[in-house]
Amino acid sequence: MSAIVVRDLSFTYAGAEKPSMENVNISIDKGEFVVFTGPSGCGKTTLCRCLNGLIPNFYSGNLQGEIKIDDIDIKGKSTAELATHVGFVFQNPENQLFSLSVERDVAFGLENLGIPREEALQRIRWAMEATGILDLRYKAPYELSGGQQQRAAIAGVLAMRPSILVLDEPTSFLDPKSAQEIVGVIAKLNRELNLTTLLVEHRLDVVSRYANRVIVMDKGKIALDGPPSEVYDDQARLIGIGLPRVTMLFHLLRRDGFPVARNPITVAQASDELRRLIRQ
Amino acid sequence: MISVENVSFNYPGGPEVLHKLNLRINDGEFVAIMGENGAGKTTLVKMFNGLLRPAQGRVAVDNIDTREKSVAQLSRNVGLIFQNPDHQLFAETVGEELAFSLRNFGFKEEVIQRRVTNLLTALDLDRYATSSPFVLSGGERKRVALAAILVWDPKHIIMDEPTIGQDYLQKDRLRNFIMQLGSQGKTVIIVTHDVEFVAECKPRVVLLSRGRVIGDGSAVEILTNSQLLDQASLVMPQIAMLMNELKDLAIPPAIIDAYSAREFLKNKLRQLIAVRPPKER
Amino acid sequence: MSLKFVEGFKFTRIDSPIHKLDPRAKFILTLGFFAASLMFTNVYALLIIFVAQIPGVLLAKTVSRWLRSMRGGLFLGVFIFAMNAIFGTSLVSSLAFTLRFFAIMSSFSFFFMTTSADDLGLALEQVHVPYSISFTFTTAVRLVPTMAIDAQTVVDAQRSRGLELDKGNFIKRIKNYIPILIPLIISAIRRSVELAEALESRAFGATEERTSIVTLTMRLPDYLVVLATIIGLALAVYVYFRVPLPTLVIPVQIPRIF
Repeated sequence: MSAIVVRDLSFTYAGAEKPSMENVNISIDKGEFVVFTGPSGCGKTTLCRCLNGLIPNFYSGNLQGEIKIDDIDIKGKSTAELATHVGFVFQNPENQLFSLSVERDVAFGLENLGIPREEALQRIRWAMEATGILDLRYKAPYELSGGQQQRAAIAGVLAMRPSILVLDEPTSFLDPKSAQEIVGVIAKLNRELNLTTLLVEHRLDVVSRYANRVIVMDKGKIALDGPPSEVYDDQARLIGIGLPRVTMLFHLLRRDGFPVARNPITVAQASDELRRLIRQ
Repeated sequence: MISVENVSFNYPGGPEVLHKLNLRINDGEFVAIMGENGAGKTTLVKMFNGLLRPAQGRVAVDNIDTREKSVAQLSRNVGLIFQNPDHQLFAETVGEELAFSLRNFGFKEEVIQRRVTNLLTALDLDRYATSSPFVLSGGERKRVALAAILVWDPKHIIMDEPTIGQDYLQKDRLRNFIMQLGSQGKTVIIVTHDVEFVAECKPRVVLLSRGRVIGDGSAVEILTNSQLLDQASLVMPQIAMLMNELKDLAIPPAIIDAYSAREFLKNKLRQLIAVRPPKER
Repeated sequence: MSLKFVEGFKFTRIDSPIHKLDPRAKFILTLGFFAASLMFTNVYALLIIFVAQIPGVLLAKTVSRWLRSMRGGLFLGVFIFAMNAIFGTSLVSSLAFTLRFFAIMSSFSFFFMTTSADDLGLALEQVHVPYSISFTFTTAVRLVPTMAIDAQTVVDAQRSRGLELDKGNFIKRIKNYIPILIPLIISAIRRSVELAEALESRAFGATEERTSIVTLTMRLPDYLVVLATIIGLALAVYVYFRVPLPTLVIPVQIPRIF
């Protein structure tokens, strides 16, 4: 079942000379965990903004092509309408928390949607449990760590029950341990709720293990699209994305003439591949 | 030399952020100060140019107590580059942005023009000399902010989280640039939690956690110590984790980046092939 | 002057009976003090109005911050006194106006110190102020400490480039604030854009029929506070019209300059 279908999508920001995104074609099925990456300015954020209506409603410009979410054409729909289909989590936790308590913050979207109180309270509880922050419900956002704040942001979006979750570099401001934790939470939600997940990231070493698919954009176009071990090949390196270091190691070994069979993306895979090489 | 002697600090009305800290950084050293968010890293470096003064203890830069000089005087030798360039960009053109500090420090106009031009070229920003800093991209603004500090050629350079929001190519360029600064004899201090970046630069690493120094040594020593890393909310570099997995293959524990790993493995594998009896292929 | 003054208007979560009061009741109380302060020009009366707020401050456990904000307002207070005296008002009246300033400032400071931005927003909503207005207001209040931190960071960053804010003549000092104001304004604008994006993504404005998971209800203590305010105001009106108050006499004559 397809969750997102993008056909020939192009967008030029108002006042810009060149399009930020050209002729993008993607099809994502329900439940997929897709990592979106590429050098700065490649168009990945632009594409994400198209998925929840920020383009063209918030960011004006020339949008062409077609987007279907859950088989419905989203042209003409506002961001508010799309919020119940596509949830969006932003980079900076500080600027996406609106209330002085976590619970009220998670409720925010539901209050905007006019969800009756009883149902709202149920959903809030569910969302906070799913993200592991139920014990933080009465705390103020400024009392939370960065990782906890991002969990609260995810809960706030989850409560609106979207079928797709888009996260734009959610680990940017987090330290390495918190980054790993939050990606773990995102992966768990993807697995347990069959929530289609689109994660924009530079830190590929953290996220690759969970992704069933990586899409690399470069200069506004889709350059690579496939499972991580296929995508993390020479071309990806040339585009300039930060591959997991173990993958880079094996690229180097392959260049040195060793018969490397595949691109490992995790430490475990790398260790296996190395032992295999040694046995040979 | 920057010396921190038994320094404790707390923000007015707040808990203690730094606790009896001792640290010494020699001229020309390359140091990474790492630790979890809230460990006190930024608070510590703000003491090096006098923005903050210790509640107890003493901070001395080039043997002068920071309490004896103003921030402007200390900044002449200590350049602090803040994390978010938007907190400092304000001028009408990039050129003016760079000239700002030189005017504050009293440089002569001809010197100012020369230095600005040189630095714009060095950081590949010449074409933006007369552009407004606000129309540049995020990465370019970060370069302008960097240029605006380097333009007065401070002896000690501190960068607060220089890798946040940067992609791989930008980080690569940054790493090369830091190496260049080092070869010019500058002291370079980076505050960061980017473990892979540090693994590739291999500076001295000072690990801070909750206002205390919990580790101080080479990048290799610190980044392979999982206990310390965990305390500071950091993660071991992937290559170091891989080397851990392969302990039984007698791999030395000093490898934390891909290039060193490749060198070692290349030789090791070739050794093994040489020793092996010839096989059918 | 500067930040100490602002601190007196910042909310902190403290477990006190005052903090638990309905914001509407507290606001009526504040308005009561405000009205009474405006009514009187008698020094003794204004002194009583000012002192009458102190039990509330004690109950709210915010004494030290209240004192700090009073100290922060000292500059303005002295300014008001001086301006009045120089331009011909009697010393006694100048004193009265200064006291009035402190009485009013204190009552509003007390309100904001004990009422969270969220509760304020709820109160505004429940008296049917349009949501966009009450939200704008509470967001602005919520962002004050964040912007204060931003401001400090900008000052730090520019000082690190040799900017000296305490040197130079009057004009130079004003010019020196340009490198502070511009980044601050730009940061504020960038922040607003990010906030707006996030708001849209949480379906802000999806429907006019907004619900709320929390509702404010007035309870006995709240009604008592309202009652006390009404009685206090009534008393004040009575005293104003019927009770002759002793007047303070200061036997000093300022030479008339103007």
